Amino acid sequence: MDFAFTDEQQMIRDTAESFLSEVSTSEAVRAAMATERGYDSALWERVCQEMFWQAIHIPEEHGGMGLGYVELVAMLEQMGRYLFCSPFFSTVCLGVNALLVAGSEEQRAQYLPEIVAGKTATLAYAAANGGWGSDAVTATCAADGEGYRIDGSYRYVTDGHTAELLMVAARADCTAGDEGISLFVLPADTPGITRTWLPTMDQTRKQAELVFDGVTVGGDALMGEAGRAWPQLARVLDLARVAVAADQVGGAQQSLDITVDYLQERVQFGRVIASYQAVKHKAADMMLKVEAGRSALYYAACVADEALQGGSLGEGLVEAASIAKAYCSDAYFFNAGCGIQLHGGVGFTSEYDIQLYFKRAKSTETFLGDASWHRERIARQLLDGEAVA
Amino acid sequence: MKLSFSPEDEQFREEVASWLADNLSGEFECVKGRGGPGDEHHLVEERKAWERKLHEGGWTCIGWPKEYGGRGASIEQQVIFNEEYARAGGPGRIGHIGETLAGPTIIAFGSDAQKQKYLPGILRGEEFWCQGYSEPSAGSDLANVKTKAVFEKTDEEGAGTWRISGQKVWTSLAHESEFCFVIARTDPQSVAHKGLGFFLVRMDQPGVTVRPIEQLTGTSEFNEVFFDEAECDASDIVGAPGEGWKVAMGLLGFERGVSTLGQQMLFQNEFDAIVKLAKANGAAQNPALRQRIAEAHIGLRIMRYNSMRMLSGGEDGSLQKEAMIYKLYWATWHRNLGKLAMDVMGQESEILEGAPYELGRLQSMYLFTRSDTIYGGTNQIQRNIIAERALGMPREPRG
Repeated sequence: MDFAFTDEQQMIRDTAESFLSEVSTSEAVRAAMATERGYDSALWERVCQEMFWQAIHIPEEHGGMGLGYVELVAMLEQMGRYLFCSPFFSTVCLGVNALLVAGSEEQRAQYLPEIVAGKTATLAYAAANGGWGSDAVTATCAADGEGYRIDGSYRYVTDGHTAELLMVAARADCTAGDEGISLFVLPADTPGITRTWLPTMDQTRKQAELVFDGVTVGGDALMGEAGRAWPQLARVLDLARVAVAADQVGGAQQSLDITVDYLQERVQFGRVIASYQAVKHKAADMMLKVEAGRSALYYAACVADEALQGGSLGEGLVEAASIAKAYCSDAYFFNAGCGIQLHGGVGFTSEYDIQLYFKRAKSTETFLGDASWHRERIARQLLDGEAVA
Repeated sequence: MKLSFSPEDEQFREEVASWLADNLSGEFECVKGRGGPGDEHHLVEERKAWERKLHEGGWTCIGWPKEYGGRGASIEQQVIFNEEYARAGGPGRIGHIGETLAGPTIIAFGSDAQKQKYLPGILRGEEFWCQGYSEPSAGSDLANVKTKAVFEKTDEEGAGTWRISGQKVWTSLAHESEFCFVIARTDPQSVAHKGLGFFLVRMDQPGVTVRPIEQLTGTSEFNEVFFDEAECDASDIVGAPGEGWKVAMGLLGFERGVSTLGQQMLFQNEFDAIVKLAKANGAAQNPALRQRIAEAHIGLRIMRYNSMRMLSGGEDGSLQKEAMIYKLYWATWHRNLGKLAMDVMGQESEILEGAPYELGRLQSMYLFTRSDTIYGGTNQIQRNIIAERALGMPREPRG
């Protein structure tokens, strides 16, 4: 047992930290988030060509780096710390994961090299306010000649208005719950798709609404087996939850760090306010949250890694993802909220960055299930004896 | 990162588990799950006999170096032993203080004569120890000890006797122990952590009086110990007079949390009892309680992952951030579990098992957890330590 980063994993983390501290400054984040696209295309190109981050856990046979989920999580934690505005999460944590879990050999061979080359992707499955489980899938699909016809709408689609490749879930008519769900992969410019950017409270991560009106795709767009894709989709969502938790741990850490920096500078009643015990104790509570969250995250990362490699630990993905997502959601919100309070008046201004973390904390908390959603999922396993996917 | 244990360690786990299954039965069936916080005063003779049984199997002091009779077990093996011990329902270890505190201190700082005199008794499960640190005016402010040690020289070679006078408090198992390690002031003019000595004191002598403290649970795990010119030979001070603080602080660094995973198995047993009760009495259908039960489960799982990080860290474990939060984390979690247990019991939580004050298991746990956030450094002290040592915030002013 060695539950610590290897030297190589530490190096990946350190490289991400030093690169992001240069390119994802407060000014850069604010410039990117003010655009509809939400990121700087030139910077994304640099990330893909110089850093090769988009290829991190794509297998080497498809031109990727072939690294694991722990390495991915180490990098995501730094992206969360620096509020990195990019299509990395949507492309790698939704798109690549979906192809790895549900894609056929042909689909992987076609699309993974395209992503390695810089193409962006995302996943759409949930309708408006329908929760984050299988019931959220309301778009429908029906056989249409050799292929399928897809109708319906999707909301909360990360980078849905800019992604070049879409993976979408739809269900057969008259089905409900986990039954009847299929997954498809298709180019975003397929006729019949209307994509609308949705302005969001957290401007550092963009969301869109997608409306499918009589969209037809060939049989080769189907991922996995028709009508039986929910277990695979659920697995992709749990992998994505671990990725969100990584972003949250990074953000919770930075909320603490920038707050402590401010406390060490600000003088009131003739002393730095960091010297007041009421303030110190709040900061200590923030550190407890982020360290406990990090322990949950790293465990979930190891489980996610085995889930993708087929190891036995992977069977615990549902629980590990819910534990990490529930705890880290609360921890990030707690730290960012306390951060505003401890900053005092300036915490309420747009000038100081703590407000950006506060907003990102809420959007990551909501996305893919908030803490109480995940606690209820755990409660069903514990108290109702249900196997939950 | 690697979460699995090596095949050798898994074999070690099987060895531990099968020895416990074979031996924690028959005459020892009665001690299963007994002792430990809230139950420390029960079945003491049987649990002492169990310590000797453990020694027969070579299962005391496994983390000690082989030259002192231990197994020189790795951190992983110590973790495995503690996990299997708790899983098998092994009773609270009466030998715990000798094995994890007194022994390692003597090994690290003691003289050869002290090692020969004291280590075998600890190893064999025949001699038990208690801890003489806290005093009525030295709780969180441990350096404020008032207990005095005065030296009476009998020859020019340095032979003689220390006479110790003062009062210690919160001493668990004092009346069951052969020895106590005591911090006392060797220099009467000194203040704070200077001028202290670390003494190995025999309990069975006229100058030592033990008086139980009745707790809010109605039971008495803790004691007051009064020293009235208690004798301690010159050869029984660890380190030099005046160096007692250094020895005492060194002692705090020894544990490194290997017993934490065993402690978590006990917590798991308590949690499982709450889940079972919730399913039986309908509390499992209450949405608010479902959230809290899940939250407790999440908290306990994370406690385990956090310990695994602690144990995988570098040699100087005390400076790791995940180690610095640990006491605050588990104490707060356990206190919340106590309250959850009562809320799951509902109206029945008030009704005792008998008169005059016979608490049920969960009721006892609930009341006892109020001490978790106090002993071993209160939550408030823990927050000071985290803010000052981990976050670099200014230290509290000292009077």
